[in-house]
Formats: sequence, C-alpha cells, structure tokens
Amino acid sequence: MSASVGDNLMRRVGLIVNPVAGLGGRVGLKGSDGRDIQKKALELGAVPRAVDRTIEALKRLAPIAAQLTLLTYPGDMGELAARRAGFDPTVIGTITTEGTTAEDTCVAARDMVALGVDLLLFAGGDGTACDLYQAIGEDAVVLGIPAGVKVHSAAYAIGPTVAGDLALGYLTGKTTGTREAEVLDVDEQALRRDVVSTRFYGVLRVPDDARRIQGAKAGSVESDASTAAAIARHIVSQMDDDSLYIVGPGTTTRSIFSELGIEKGLLSVDVVYRGELLASDVSEAQLIALLDERAAKIVVTPIGGQGYLFGRGNQQISPDVLRLVGVENVIAIATPGKLNRLIVRPLLVDTGDDEIDRRLAGYIRVVCGPDDARVVRVVSVAGDGADTASKSNSKNGRE
Amino acid sequence: MENITARRYENGEPKLRRFHQAQWDEPILFELSTPGQRGLLLPAVEDEIRAVAGNVVSTLPKTLQRVTPPMLPEIAQPQVVRHYLRLSQENLGFDFNVDVGQGTCTMKYSPKINDQLAGSKQMAALHPLQPEETTQGILEIYYSFEQILKEISGMDRFSLQPGAGSAAIYAAASIIRAYHAERGEAIQRREIITTIFSHPSDAACAKVAGFDVITLYPDEDGYPDLNALKAAVSERTAALMIANPEDTGIFNPRIVEWVHVVHEAGGLCFYDQANANGILGITRARDAGFDLCHFNLHKTFSTPHGCGGPGAGALGVTDVLAPLLPTPVVARDGERYTLDWNRPRSIGKLRAFYGVAGAVLKAYAWVMSLGAEGLLETSKTAVLNNNYLLKRMREIPGLTAPYANERHRIEQVRYSWEDLCTETGVLSEDIGLRAADFGVHYWTSHHPFVVAEPCTLEPTESFSKMDLDEYAAIMRYVAEEARTDPETIRTAPHNSTVHRTDGAVLDDPSQWAITWRAYLKKRDQVGE
Repeated sequence: MSASVGDNLMRRVGLIVNPVAGLGGRVGLKGSDGRDIQKKALELGAVPRAVDRTIEALKRLAPIAAQLTLLTYPGDMGELAARRAGFDPTVIGTITTEGTTAEDTCVAARDMVALGVDLLLFAGGDGTACDLYQAIGEDAVVLGIPAGVKVHSAAYAIGPTVAGDLALGYLTGKTTGTREAEVLDVDEQALRRDVVSTRFYGVLRVPDDARRIQGAKAGSVESDASTAAAIARHIVSQMDDDSLYIVGPGTTTRSIFSELGIEKGLLSVDVVYRGELLASDVSEAQLIALLDERAAKIVVTPIGGQGYLFGRGNQQISPDVLRLVGVENVIAIATPGKLNRLIVRPLLVDTGDDEIDRRLAGYIRVVCGPDDARVVRVVSVAGDGADTASKSNSKNGRE
Repeated sequence: MENITARRYENGEPKLRRFHQAQWDEPILFELSTPGQRGLLLPAVEDEIRAVAGNVVSTLPKTLQRVTPPMLPEIAQPQVVRHYLRLSQENLGFDFNVDVGQGTCTMKYSPKINDQLAGSKQMAALHPLQPEETTQGILEIYYSFEQILKEISGMDRFSLQPGAGSAAIYAAASIIRAYHAERGEAIQRREIITTIFSHPSDAACAKVAGFDVITLYPDEDGYPDLNALKAAVSERTAALMIANPEDTGIFNPRIVEWVHVVHEAGGLCFYDQANANGILGITRARDAGFDLCHFNLHKTFSTPHGCGGPGAGALGVTDVLAPLLPTPVVARDGERYTLDWNRPRSIGKLRAFYGVAGAVLKAYAWVMSLGAEGLLETSKTAVLNNNYLLKRMREIPGLTAPYANERHRIEQVRYSWEDLCTETGVLSEDIGLRAADFGVHYWTSHHPFVVAEPCTLEPTESFSKMDLDEYAAIMRYVAEEARTDPETIRTAPHNSTVHRTDGAVLDDPSQWAITWRAYLKKRDQVGE
C-alpha cells in the first residue's frame, strides 16, 4: 500500500504498552488487575503478549515510518516493541518501580499529551483504558491495541493489525473524524465470583472508523452520533409540560441535553422540567423528593456491552423511584448500531428488587429514531435471565 | 471413457482457478474529451430543405432552447468503443463468475434468448402511447403473466407497474395507508411492524410512506420472535411487512400464527417475497393468510438485475384491496385486452406508463419455458444447492452460520466470520477482496451489520455442484491464508483490478460525487 502523510509534515505518535495486560486470560484468571494476580499468572505460566501485539500493530505503520516521531517509555512500556518493529523511538521518562503500574501509564500519558501527540497508541485491556481516561480524558486522540483479557471498552480496535491500519488511516488523513468511545471496566474480583459488575467511567476520543473499533463492529453508513442526535430531537419534541424527565447516564441520553442546550455529565442522573435543568447529578433521595406528587418519565439507554437497562451505572433510579414513576413511564433509547451489537442477548435489569425487575422484564420498545423503534426482550438477572447473562459474558470475554 | 471434469479436482477439491483481470488506467469519459473531436459528422443541410424548413430551432418554444451547448464529452467512435470495452474487462459480473456471493439478490442465469426477445423489432418498436388495438400482444403477455403470478401466490390481482422490487413494496405501503384511510383509521394506525432480518426495503418503504417502523429481533432460537410480535401489536398497527424466509435463510414456521395475531389487531399483512426463489410451488402467500405480496422479477424470475438491465416488481393483493392497485391495470374484455383507467379508489400511478415491459416479457418467457413443474424444480434445486454449500462452508474453521444452528436453510445463508476475525484480524470485507483474486464476487451484507463480520451466500438453481465446490474451496483457501499469511489478504486484490476503496469516505459528502457535474461543482467549492 502506498501511504504518505501527504503534506510532508512529521506526525508525532505516543506509544504506551501495559506489559502485564492479558496475563490472566489464558490461565483463567479473568483479568490481570493487581500485583498478586500478575504474579500468580506468571507462576501459572502466562506469557506477556502485549509487546508482541504492539509490534504487530506498529508494523502496519512502516510505510510512513520516516515521517513519524514515536514517543514512548523505556523497556516493556514501549521502547522494546518500537525497536523490534523497526522504529527508532524517542524515549521519554523513566520507570522507577520494579514492574510497571497503573501510575506509570498515567504519568506516561500525561507526559505525552504535554509534549503534544497527533495520536496516542496504547496496548492493554479495560484497566489500561480506564487509567488513560483518568489521566488525560479527551485531551488527545487515542487508540487501543487490544492485549488485555477484558476488552469491553470501545476505545480498542478489533485486533492489533486492525489497530495499525486504523492508525495509518488516521495519520495519513484517510480517516479524519473522531468519536467518543465508552470506557468500561468490569470489577475483576466480582467476575472471579461469577458476578458481573460493569462500571462506566467516561469516554476517550478515538478515530472514527466504525468498522475497525471494538464494540462497534456493526459499522453503519450513518454514524451513531448523528443517529443519537435524531433520537434526541424526537424525545425533546415529545416532551410534555406536566412531566419531569429523569435522564440516566450515557452518551445517547446526553444528546438529549445537547438538544436542549444544557450541559450534562456522562455518568450522572439529571432531571429536566419544561426544557430546563431542574436538578443535576441527583441521588435517589433527591429524586424521591422531586417526585412528590409529580408525574415523571424516565429516559435511559442500555450501557456498554452488557446491555443493562437498570441496575448498573444508574442505581440512583432505584426500585422506589421506578415504583413512584411507574415502569410504564420508562422510555428506553438506543442507536440501532448499539442494539444490533447486543442482539445475541436481551437487555438486562438488576435493580435489586424482584418485583420491579419482574415488571420490567418482558418486552420493551426502544426508541431508535423519530419513526423507528425496536421491540427488545428484557430479562431480570435475578430471575430467569441469570443464565443468559452469564452466557453473554462468556461471549463478551474475548480479548 | 475418461471423466474429463475429474481433471479439475485434486484431492477431492477443485483446483483453484488461475485468474488475472485486466487493469487499465482508464480516465472517465469526460476526461477523454478533446475539443473539436466528433463521433459522427452530420452533412450540412441542403439548400432546398433549408428553404422549406427554415430555422427549425426558432420554432421551438423559447424555454426549450438551450443558451449554452450541453457539456458532453467530445470523442471519436473508436475511442468510445475502446473506453467501454476496457471498463467491461474490469467487471466481475454474473456471466463471468460463480456469482453465489451476492446473497439476497438471487443471482441466476438470465437466458440470452429472452434478452433477444426483448430486443426484437416487435418489442423495440412499440411505443406506450400507441392505441390499444395495436398493442394487443404485449397486453396479452401482461394479462397472462398476471394469471401465472396469481397461481403462484394465490392472490387475486397483480399490478406489473412497479419499476423495481422496492417500488412494489412502496406501493404496498401506500395501499395499506389508503385502506386504513378509507376506514377512517389512517391517523390511528401509523405503525408498521417488520423484523430485523426481513428485506430492508420493508422498513425503508414504510418510512417513506410515512409510517413509524417497529422492528423485531429474533428469539433465542433464531426464529422471528412471536412473543415480541404480540408485545408490538396494538390498535396503532397498520400492517406487518415481513420476508419469509428471512435474509438468514431461516423460514418462519409460525407464519400463519403471525398473520393471525396482526389480523386480530386490525392490521394488514404484506409478504415480502424478495426471497421467494426457494418456495415456488411449495408455499403460497395467500395460503398463509397474507393480504398483499410482491415479487422481484429480476430475482425470482431471472430478468437481469439493475446493473444489467432494468429490474421490475410485481405487486399482488386480495380482492378486498384490488381496487386500490395502481392505475391502469390490464383487463380482458372477451378476446380483447384493454387498459383499465377507471379506478377511482386507486392509489394512482407509480411511474410513467405501465411498468418495464421488456422485463415483464423476459420473466414471462422464462416461466413459460419452465412450466409449473419447472418452477417447482427450480426451487428444489436452489434449496438443495444452498444446503450443500452450507455443509461445505460449515467445514471451514472460523466460519459459523448463526441462528437456528444445525438446521437446514431455505435458499441462502448469512454466515459470520467473527471467529476468524477475532483470531486473525482479517475482516469479512478483506475476505471478499481476496476472493476477487480467484475471479469470484463476494458481498458482505447490508449495513449496519447485525451478524458480526457477515457474508451472505445464495447459490440459486443456476450453479452446478462443481461451481459450488469451487466457491467453497476459495473460501477455505482464503480462511487458511488468514492464519498463515494475513498480509496477502489485507492488501488484496492482487490479480484483479485494483479496487480497494475506503468506505469511511462515504460518510463524508465532500469526498464523493455521483455525477461529473456534481464533481465539478464540489471541486469548484473547495477551489482545487
């Protein structure tokens, strides 16, 4: 493939490898978070593969190697992979501890952003994406090379070479747009007890090529962002003056606030009344107080790969809140792309209240656009859905 | 006597075909233009003719006279011939290749004799504005073909006016709207229900016709989810618009119950028969209780597809809905055939005149050459071919056929390369481009993908066992190559015309133009 960055400008690429990512997978430990687990994994014969996967990705950048300045950290954290892939990287920073930690990832990411990079490549798993998010948020365009055991975050390409191709496309200007990718992590200790608990951390900014990003395989001609905007316009046009609108976390729900011209936190539950923000980042108690004698509707979107409608990331909308509002007043919204990605499994509810879970279970209409809805099955994790849920997770447990 | 075909096999697998496609650095026609060059020089008008006719242009209305000449390319005839022949060599059309890779399109052989019939003097010289008494032949063919479609589907009346399958589906949505409007329920009944693996035109046409679309996902076994339908129907339901088999090749065994549920709620039922190639002479739309159905003549009935000639659709309805069909319909009055324009309840016209007459003629000729037994044999062969290929494909590691596992399919299968992709990073799209190196066409599936890394194969009755073995061998080879030499796949095609496009630019209107004029306009806007 002939490739060039086109304008003869140098491109600066940051590279961070989490060398312990993926250690736990092959030996059945469901992740690699924490020093003890890493040690146990090595004892069980685990082989670090993040470096190899990074080399695979970097080789895709060979056509533009002469126009790249690769900034990286010493040894396992990037230098090794860069040299083996045929690059002569600029090594910055030092690793002071024996074996790298999450803190090293954060420091490296902040250093690179401070120096200025066109793209920050990182290899790891969900934990690495969370570290990166906490360190730099949306301050740089990033892209993940999947090397971890758990790769739920949409910041990762489908595979290492695909990551390389995507980086090449972005650096040469073939892919120009960027989009927000949800950063999720599963609580590994809970997962080892076969309990799934996904946490939604925030978003990273990644090159927008739906076909090559993890969790976005259902590439669409229409981007998820423009569809979310259309859903938001529809929801706003249907709002009535008598109801409070309790809006849950997520990027799709946040677009409702963009439509109303209000800022919304990604992770918070917020309340709108007559087009104005009534309360932001509310707790369950605040919601119950607001609901006193007032009609309300709840707008939620399933979060991330698991498809939880209630019980993960939006616990403020508690069983009592659902009881006061009425389950018939729940409006579920999602882009068709997101629903298609969930198709192998139903939406899940796990509010902690069997009666409410039972009432939410069955089928729900999910609004996918102004004249577009999908009827989707909802199961209660506590009830008959437990099997389905754990089956789904094994499906999702790829690296 | 030696079995000659055996020479093409090695260890039970067909040898992969050596193939190298032409590759021309061919500019587009407009860029070939040389000012002053002409394909045809017309002689000057003789003086005596000029004296009689005068200035012909001045007799045209002012509004019809061009101020500037049209921006046509100026090229001599040999250059034009060369240009198009070169482009034709960079194609991978049905007549070149084992075209089973374009599932849902029902690629089957279009007999050349039918093209000749449609191009015959008798057909080509017809004009739609001729008086009926001079067009009795083509009207008889319309009428007779309608009787055949009625027998195949069980419906009471057909319109052959739709210019494509989707035009027929749009007409169905319009009839559904008109039916509810006549009953005073147009405002109330504004929802059309479909399934995620139905022909995407069902949702699209319903939306264009102004309906809200409710889409259902399959149940845990991969069949259309009857309980989801029961949850979706209401007094707002206008209709169910559904394909069967769906694009996965799975036949809905509870289809009668589906129709019943929708009828009970006061809705109509439209059977999308884009996938009818496996059910001719086996099941009928009417027998399952449907009120409307359609056929794509360019799929099921062998006429060439849109890129190879105009397509055509046929829309069938029950007696109750017949007065709403597009105007005119062909009627028989004793021995005479007429166009019936007196249809006050009709939804009106779908297009100019009476449909794509050439395609109707080709479809009629195809059916008449086969007869009822031949149509049944067509479907049985198509289903057998598909299930043979399914078995061969299932032997390839990394490929699955999601939903309704281990069961037979009707006439096509939507496969998934998700496992191979996870293992190697090679995408379905890459596999298709590599397949082109062996001279076969391959299509992923409609966007947005529902099945991950999909491909849809539909081996119609037109393909031999050897064809199918060849296609499966190519797929097996490419899947193995994904593991041993993925780079070759990612950089494919190598033996066919270089044609690796970046689909991402399709999201950005500033990066594409569909006509020369649009290109010039956009180029001027960016000032290049």
